[in-house]
Amino acid sequence: MNSTRRGLLTALPIVGAGVLGVGFWKMLQGMESGGFDPRAVKNPNVGRPIPQFAMPGLPGLGDGFTDKELRAETRPVLVNFFASWCIPCVQEMPGLRSISRNMPIWGIAYEDKPENASAFVQRDGTPYARVAADRHGRVAIDWGVTGVPESFLVAPGGRILWHGSAALDPQIYDAEIRPRLAGL
Amino acid sequence: MFGPEQGHFALALACVLALIQFVVPLWGAHKRNARLVAMAPFLAVSQLLALAISFFSLIMCAVHDDFSVQNVAANSAASKPLLYKITGVWGNHEGSVLLWTLILGVCGAAVSAFGRNLPDILRGRVLAILGGVSAGFQLFCLLTSNPFDRVFPAPMDGQGMNPLLQDPGLAFHPPILYTGYVGFAVPFAFAVAALLEGRVDAAWGRWVRPWAVAAWCFLTCGIALGSWWSYYVLGWGGYWFWDPVENASLIPWLTGTALVHSAIVVEKREGLKIWTVLLAIATFSFSLSGTFLVRSGILNSVHAFANDPARGVFILALLALVIGGSLALFAWRAPSLTSGGLFSPVSREGSLVLNNILLCSICAVVVTGTMYPPFMQLLAGRTISVGKPFFDAATIPLTIPLLLAMGVGTALPWKRAQLARTFSHLFVAAIIAAVGLVLCFWKFSGALPIACGALAIWVIAASVTDILRRVGLGHSSMSDMVARARNLPRSSWGAALAHIGAGITVLGLCGMSGAQHAIVEIHVGETRSLAGDDWTLLNVHDYAGPNYRAMQADIAIRHNGKLITTLHPEKRDFTTQNQTTTEVAIHTNFITDLYGVVGDRHGTGANATYVLRLHRNPLAPWMWLGGLVMAIGGAFSLSDRRLRVGAPKRAAARNMAQA
Repeated sequence: MNSTRRGLLTALPIVGAGVLGVGFWKMLQGMESGGFDPRAVKNPNVGRPIPQFAMPGLPGLGDGFTDKELRAETRPVLVNFFASWCIPCVQEMPGLRSISRNMPIWGIAYEDKPENASAFVQRDGTPYARVAADRHGRVAIDWGVTGVPESFLVAPGGRILWHGSAALDPQIYDAEIRPRLAGL
Repeated sequence: MFGPEQGHFALALACVLALIQFVVPLWGAHKRNARLVAMAPFLAVSQLLALAISFFSLIMCAVHDDFSVQNVAANSAASKPLLYKITGVWGNHEGSVLLWTLILGVCGAAVSAFGRNLPDILRGRVLAILGGVSAGFQLFCLLTSNPFDRVFPAPMDGQGMNPLLQDPGLAFHPPILYTGYVGFAVPFAFAVAALLEGRVDAAWGRWVRPWAVAAWCFLTCGIALGSWWSYYVLGWGGYWFWDPVENASLIPWLTGTALVHSAIVVEKREGLKIWTVLLAIATFSFSLSGTFLVRSGILNSVHAFANDPARGVFILALLALVIGGSLALFAWRAPSLTSGGLFSPVSREGSLVLNNILLCSICAVVVTGTMYPPFMQLLAGRTISVGKPFFDAATIPLTIPLLLAMGVGTALPWKRAQLARTFSHLFVAAIIAAVGLVLCFWKFSGALPIACGALAIWVIAASVTDILRRVGLGHSSMSDMVARARNLPRSSWGAALAHIGAGITVLGLCGMSGAQHAIVEIHVGETRSLAGDDWTLLNVHDYAGPNYRAMQADIAIRHNGKLITTLHPEKRDFTTQNQTTTEVAIHTNFITDLYGVVGDRHGTGANATYVLRLHRNPLAPWMWLGGLVMAIGGAFSLSDRRLRVGAPKRAAARNMAQA
């Protein structure tokens, strides 16, 4: 083996380690800024039209809604799957209330007793413009929901623009949702 | 005397001592100043002393329920049993980093104590490198993960500990595993010192190998213990999930195993020098990166530590210094290391090269599978997961030739083997393996388990017959054989044992591939059959434990009407922590595990049904037993080293006495 080849070969490990190191550094940066989430769940429906559904409302909170009504909206809507039995959903509520000042949020109670869901939504003031009950979680399956809370940004006409699988707060709204609204 | 302030001060003192230990001997070696170099052992021992005081102080804080210490308040509680107050110290991030540095300190002191026969300059440099790594981790501990931070106002009681962690197996798992990880710092330091010196020779191979073997033993035990814990505590019936945290321990084990073997070639044939140095650096680098990846939260794992990207940045910088520095030194100095003679492919060293190629290929597969998801997400923005199908499909085809070579390798002589003679040595083992193949056809199903099972029997048979041949079975008298067995180097016994252990583990894995399970929902009194056994739910009763409520099931297992055992699995509800744990019930006869788990109760009163999970796991205990045998083999070969390392001195003393 000549010495140049030897030198190149012995330099390979540090080059490899360097590439890995830069990758890890980018990941850490992304984790701090929110751009990289190792626990993220990707929803295959992003970019596609919303599925068909028709759901009843919750006691004392109106009539529920259908996919046709959601499609007919002229403003973007944030669709939020929640449940009264879910702790992150409880933590999410103040954030949702502050987001609801900027855009309409439509809530879907996932696998929840209607009276529990209704009491949960009304306890500290509802953030939702409209609420529907997905009593047995069928609609959630069509949306590709893996757990609650999950949220979808739906454009006028019914296309899903964005999906989030964590409890929402104003920071996520500013970083992820607001820039997408600007493009509409 | 041993309060949090004293502990904090001792840690800072240790850090300063470690920094001096890093700088002074290296400077002394550079200037050829023997007195500066000779300071290294004293510094290493005093650093250990300071660390021990620091660690002991943290234990005392936990034992005395000092909830003004943030770490104790967050992880302990007044009602916790004393054993778990002590072991809980290293069950969290801050405490485990302190334990990490303590073990590193022990390694340094061990090199000082057992390395008296090393050349002073080499020992000074090794200790300096260890000191440098120590100083880095102690700074990390002090600056970002201080276990002695106070909290004001102090809470009345601590937040308690995850009930899953209140288990004796897990209490002693981290120290053993960390000793394995950290132990590879010593071969790493030897490699860096050799690069600084610009010389690697047979003596270097002889010095570095015991340290690598010792670390390897601990890592083997640590992995086996972790796997056993997930088997009997998590209650999923599985033993290895190819989870990133598990892979993080398997990767250094694979390169460490390669290192243990390649160092033999350096020692005996002065070959594979550059490669061995690289393996020593790589093994410790993988140990460090594994720790880093787990703690930074980059890898998505079930074994979550509290994730903190800021901490991650600090460790990454530390890794860049340690790994980047050593690899840069490698790129610069390694080309000048002279390589040894040429090998014949059919020889002991040839088979060790094959061993290294295969082990490193398996390692590359595991690294790829582990790193692919985060890098895919970073580069392409897609989340994917790589799981068991990939790892099984990619590692098993590499394991088959490895097992085949393991049997042949020990039968080959150094330098050049005569094939005909080797084959005659292996004839008996081959016949036993052929019988084993028939046995495997009968007991296992599927081509891979049958092939691997037969090869495992081949490895065991070849190791046993190799030892018997060397002892002289068949052509010597009994007393001759005993004498020869005594004279056989302990390392040969150790190698045979370790190979037998590997065979036992592989047999266990093959057996587990035929594990059967059923999930049933039945009333009390009903019976379900699984693989020829009848499982009857006799009774379910509730009771209250010290800090939980439990539901215990009595399950009788009968085979052809004869009672084998009654299992009592439990489901425990820890109300304060809002957590449920399952207490698995296992009956083992060391051939088959019967494994029962009780799940949810549906309905009430006489109509209540219970969800039960029933497992029949053939050869399950062999997986961990094999790991233990491997580690014992390693320890056996270590006992040989110590005698040999002391040999020149004893010979010198004898010569003096004669003169």
